Amino acid sequence: MLALLDGVSYAGLLFLVALGLTFIFGVVRILNVAHGSLYACGGYAAATLGLWMGQGGDSLALSLGALLGGALLVGIVLGTVLMLLLRQFQDRDPILQLLVTFGAFMIFEDLQRMIWGTQPYFVSDVVNQMGTSELLGVVYMNYQLLFVPGAAVAVYLLLQWFLRRTLMGRQIVAVTHDREVATAMGINAKRVAYLTFVVGAMLGSLGGALASPTTSLVPGIGADMIVLSFAVVASAGLGQISGALIVALMIGLARSFCVYLMPEMEVVMPYVIMVLVLLMRPQGLFTVAQARRI
Amino acid sequence: MFKRTAMTAGLFAFTLASLASGPAFAEAKPASLPVGITTFMSGPASVFGMPAKEAAQIYLDELNAAGGIDGVKVDPIYIDEGVGGDRLLSEYRRVVQEQGAKVMLASISSGNCNTLAPVAEDLKVVNILWDCGTEKAIEGHQYQYIVRSQANAVTEMVASVLYLLKMKPDFKTIAVVNQDYAWGRDSWDIFQSTLKALKPDVQVVAELFPKFGASDFSAEVSRLQVLRPDVVLSTSWGGDLDTFVRQASQRGLFKTSRFFLALGESSLERLGSSLPDGVLIGARGDHYFLEPRYVNDPKHKAFVEKYKAKTGVYPIYSVYHMMQALDAMTAAYKKAIAANGGQWPDEEQLAKAFRGLEFRGLTSPVTIRPEDGQGLEDQLFGTTTTSPDYKFKVLKDIMIVPALLVTTPAGQATPEWLKTLKPELLDKVSLLDKQQ
Repeated sequence: MLALLDGVSYAGLLFLVALGLTFIFGVVRILNVAHGSLYACGGYAAATLGLWMGQGGDSLALSLGALLGGALLVGIVLGTVLMLLLRQFQDRDPILQLLVTFGAFMIFEDLQRMIWGTQPYFVSDVVNQMGTSELLGVVYMNYQLLFVPGAAVAVYLLLQWFLRRTLMGRQIVAVTHDREVATAMGINAKRVAYLTFVVGAMLGSLGGALASPTTSLVPGIGADMIVLSFAVVASAGLGQISGALIVALMIGLARSFCVYLMPEMEVVMPYVIMVLVLLMRPQGLFTVAQARRI
Repeated sequence: MFKRTAMTAGLFAFTLASLASGPAFAEAKPASLPVGITTFMSGPASVFGMPAKEAAQIYLDELNAAGGIDGVKVDPIYIDEGVGGDRLLSEYRRVVQEQGAKVMLASISSGNCNTLAPVAEDLKVVNILWDCGTEKAIEGHQYQYIVRSQANAVTEMVASVLYLLKMKPDFKTIAVVNQDYAWGRDSWDIFQSTLKALKPDVQVVAELFPKFGASDFSAEVSRLQVLRPDVVLSTSWGGDLDTFVRQASQRGLFKTSRFFLALGESSLERLGSSLPDGVLIGARGDHYFLEPRYVNDPKHKAFVEKYKAKTGVYPIYSVYHMMQALDAMTAAYKKAIAANGGQWPDEEQLAKAFRGLEFRGLTSPVTIRPEDGQGLEDQLFGTTTTSPDYKFKVLKDIMIVPALLVTTPAGQATPEWLKTLKPELLDKVSLLDKQQ
């Protein structure tokens, strides 16, 4: 029971970041290595805004505003920068595009160091403002126990509603299925790609922003998260949104069960899951077999 | 013909005799002294590396402004340890072989020290192990050019156990939460072996090694809340330690267990009020900006003020280690020059000068053991308390453990030596205020 409760918060953060990664891949067909930087910058921006806005007093609304504001700001700015950069390499070899995002990741890492330095960054006002709860004799932070998993589920539901019920969402789904046919039907694929990239970037930075009140932001934090997100996305199947949710939950829970039952396995568990999944289903757990186009 | 041969032989004999009695092959004094310094300028360990680099710059600016070492200005060449082992190794070789570095300061990472020490020996360049903890970098080797200007992990961990036993002698259970890499594992092995020798009745209830760079310790904190160990030990550092402490503090774990943070000194200022009172703290040496014996020492005080003015924060242990290594280098050059009749020494003479060297960094003097080049550095511990003068916790109940008491003797193997420790060792140390 305790392991379940411990696993959901981590799974929530992992899901948000992996969701952004898989969402972008689903539409733009680019595996964005710089997504790790979006996570890190989202966290740093939220912490900076939190410090700035928190000076006024002890307000939960201000703290939440800082988290959301940091995520939106980074998502829009860095998402746009990345999209403009990748447009220069449109229709080129996917490996080249991957390398471009890797280059961008390295540049963003250096920028983070220039802006925020190397000392750990941390603003935890929102955690204190939300208080704690006691379950089975163990004290939990409401922020980790309720807010982060709640935010992840809310984002998932909102995204599903957006994709299924709105015109823009349906256009995104159409481009995901077949870019050429969608373009022939009058959909502005370029605009859809831009919007997807920015939304995906915002999800990555939201993951970082939500992690910032409980995690020390240090150089290299983006690299750790991108590796784990890749494990989630590869296990779920590229472009699979619901799959990413389930696999993130699997990894989060497996990790916390390990701490209770086999602490030695905690570090490798996400990768064990990935290897087992890929051995059984190389296309990922939730990828539907596609008819070959002749 | 015979006369000329005899004269030549006589000249040869005279030359040999003068070489044997007088200064050996004096090196020409160089225009500048290139010194390679490896430090983390990227990655998580840059929390130590960048402050140390700032300290090196302050030290060398002052040294060079005062004329350098015997009139030779020191020219630092910084190498980023964050680039990874292979690239670091090639950079290290390049700095020695192409840029002509005569002294190398390497490194922060124990893994890098283990890799670079044999390379330095091979290149015949003096390498000062300036911050890494592993005793294995020196123990069991017969190096000529490798010296360490600070303590090793054995000194630090054995001294840690002594402080823990001094402050909480009646504890029955302990849990460890260390980073999952060489330092986290090795430091726990030494700590546990020492504990077995000094207090064998203690039960280890959990050994947790979360991923290096972990962002979430929820499961670890929950498990510790269930187990309720008397003591929670962590030798973690940087962002990992900060995250663990904050999450544990927010969930009240400090109320049920006594924490011992062996590298906690480096996080005091960053953690601010998140760190509760009563936490046992180690400093990897006697490094603490409020070190009671040196807080008003002119050299220490002036440096702390200068460093604070430059960086906005107080110096942490890696800063002290860097200053110590540079002071060791300067002292060794002075010793070697004096031994060489005022002439500039070659690498071999410099390496010899380090053996048995006594020097002072910013706090208490350090001796480099003549037998193996290991530094003997005292260890400071304290307990967190709130101070009206600072926005973060400061230390009370300070204890300084003399290095000689807690360091594996030269020529002995650590695992065997640890087994010989006796509980009476505890009687040889006491809190600073009780010594006065």
